[in-house]
Amino acid sequence: MIHARGLTRVFKVKKQAVHAVRGIDLDVEAGRLVALLGPNGAGKSTTLRMLTTLLPPTSGTATVAGHDVARDPAGVRARIGYVGQRTSAGENFRVRDELVTQGRCYGLGTRQAAARADELLGLLDLEPLAARLPGTLSGGQRRRLDIALGLIHRPDLLFLDEPSTGLDPKSRADIWQHILRLREAYGTTLVLTTHYLEEADNMAERVVIIDNGRIIADGTAEQLKNDLAGDHITITTSAEEEARRAAGIGGGDAEGTTVRLRVPNAAAALPDYLRALDGSGIKVTTAETARPTLDDVFLALTGRSITDDDIPA
Amino acid sequence: MTTFLRDTATVFSREFKPAVREPAGLLFEMGQPLLFLFLFGSQLDGAVGSSWQWFVPGILVMMCLTGPLSAGYTLLVELIGGSMERMLVTPLSRTAMLVGRAMKAVVVLLAQAVLIVLLALPLGFVLHPAGVLAGLAQLLVFSVGLGSLSFVLAIKSAPSGTLFYVVSQSVLFPLLLLSGVLLPMETAPGWLRVLGHLNPVTYLVDAQRALFSGNLADPSVLYGTAATCAIAAIGLYLGNRAMRKGV
Repeated sequence: MIHARGLTRVFKVKKQAVHAVRGIDLDVEAGRLVALLGPNGAGKSTTLRMLTTLLPPTSGTATVAGHDVARDPAGVRARIGYVGQRTSAGENFRVRDELVTQGRCYGLGTRQAAARADELLGLLDLEPLAARLPGTLSGGQRRRLDIALGLIHRPDLLFLDEPSTGLDPKSRADIWQHILRLREAYGTTLVLTTHYLEEADNMAERVVIIDNGRIIADGTAEQLKNDLAGDHITITTSAEEEARRAAGIGGGDAEGTTVRLRVPNAAAALPDYLRALDGSGIKVTTAETARPTLDDVFLALTGRSITDDDIPA
Repeated sequence: MTTFLRDTATVFSREFKPAVREPAGLLFEMGQPLLFLFLFGSQLDGAVGSSWQWFVPGILVMMCLTGPLSAGYTLLVELIGGSMERMLVTPLSRTAMLVGRAMKAVVVLLAQAVLIVLLALPLGFVLHPAGVLAGLAQLLVFSVGLGSLSFVLAIKSAPSGTLFYVVSQSVLFPLLLLSGVLLPMETAPGWLRVLGHLNPVTYLVDAQRALFSGNLADPSVLYGTAATCAIAAIGLYLGNRAMRKGV
């Protein structure tokens, strides 16, 4: 569905070149749900804007839904849907009117567009809001309308730029329910950007981690966590001296009476570790294991947390 | 070409629908010209020879300056919000986005102009049908050009929009005041009259006054038409280029 090679974008800001995207290779097969994960300013949105023909690449090529973004942008546009970061509906226009307009933008006749608009109003629970102006909708309702606008022409591929940013947890869960339901019903390929770790972790089949304009990791959340971060074992001892010795035995870090270790499979490693500590006469008071998060993966790769807002220049 | 016409119709009907849904908004927009017509025009009555024939075209030109500028403003709002971006990802023709919007502004302007002319009739405005029709046609061409220029300004001003407010406000009033819309330029000091002659709107105003008085053969009509066509050509050229280059 997507084949991108060496995709690059340089912006000129006050006569200085800013390298937003530095050579991205990306292949996405049909029917997948892929999340582009990275901190703010990593180049996720710029990548998406190039793939959706909003921004010409400085160099590199991309074929999206079978058409080249530079040579045949109209061919790409007809086949993809796009849900941007900002509200898609114009403030002066009623919800249903905007949906009908959107259908006509894709070449549907007025009657066809109206039928499709009504269908989507039902599908996304927007029916009672049909005659309202976007300004009177809640954040979650606006987002559902944005998604409806992106789906009007039944695209095979839908791009979503930060679909759940700024929503309360309940609306986020609601939006996700809709996205997953659509996917199940129509097999739409979904490519989205997010900086919410749990979202990428729980929802995406494949996570592409982007930092500083490059892909630094790519795989399922499980693969990334196993390969790049590993599980955690945390134990506490009654004395600090014991904690230091326990850290020495397991190869971890002691902090006060707490010891942390990173191991490939914590559930299997914990009994062995506890037996070894017991043999050395160390009294363990608590022990627990934890799976790594994608933030651990990002930390292992970059030395920074994904939620840090400091973006390296 | 058929897709282009279809896309233009799509954009036009999108823009026009809110006006159909809330027709009162159209009247509200006319508040300022109406105030000028009744409150200011009545004061001029008698002060300038054949006042209404002189004043009504001025009011119409004033509307042609403010209307298209507000069309640029609505585009700016959509550029700052996400709705323009959403439409740019559809196969909709870029040029149609511009033309459809400009057409909506023109239709609204035409309706308002006709209303102003009708309201001026009981005040003593004498209708010269051929001249009025020719005058309205000229105004429409002018507002297409000015509308396009204001779209270009909106595109260049996004995302902050500051440039749009600064330029539109600092251009609008000098253009108005130097064109003799409100008061005759003949009594102005020499340097002001020189500035007035550099203002393309002056030629339009003079031509409008000749046309609304029924003097279709007046040389000012020729100059006014030339100035109008020049503005329209420049506006459409720059507007089309700005839309194609991407927003």
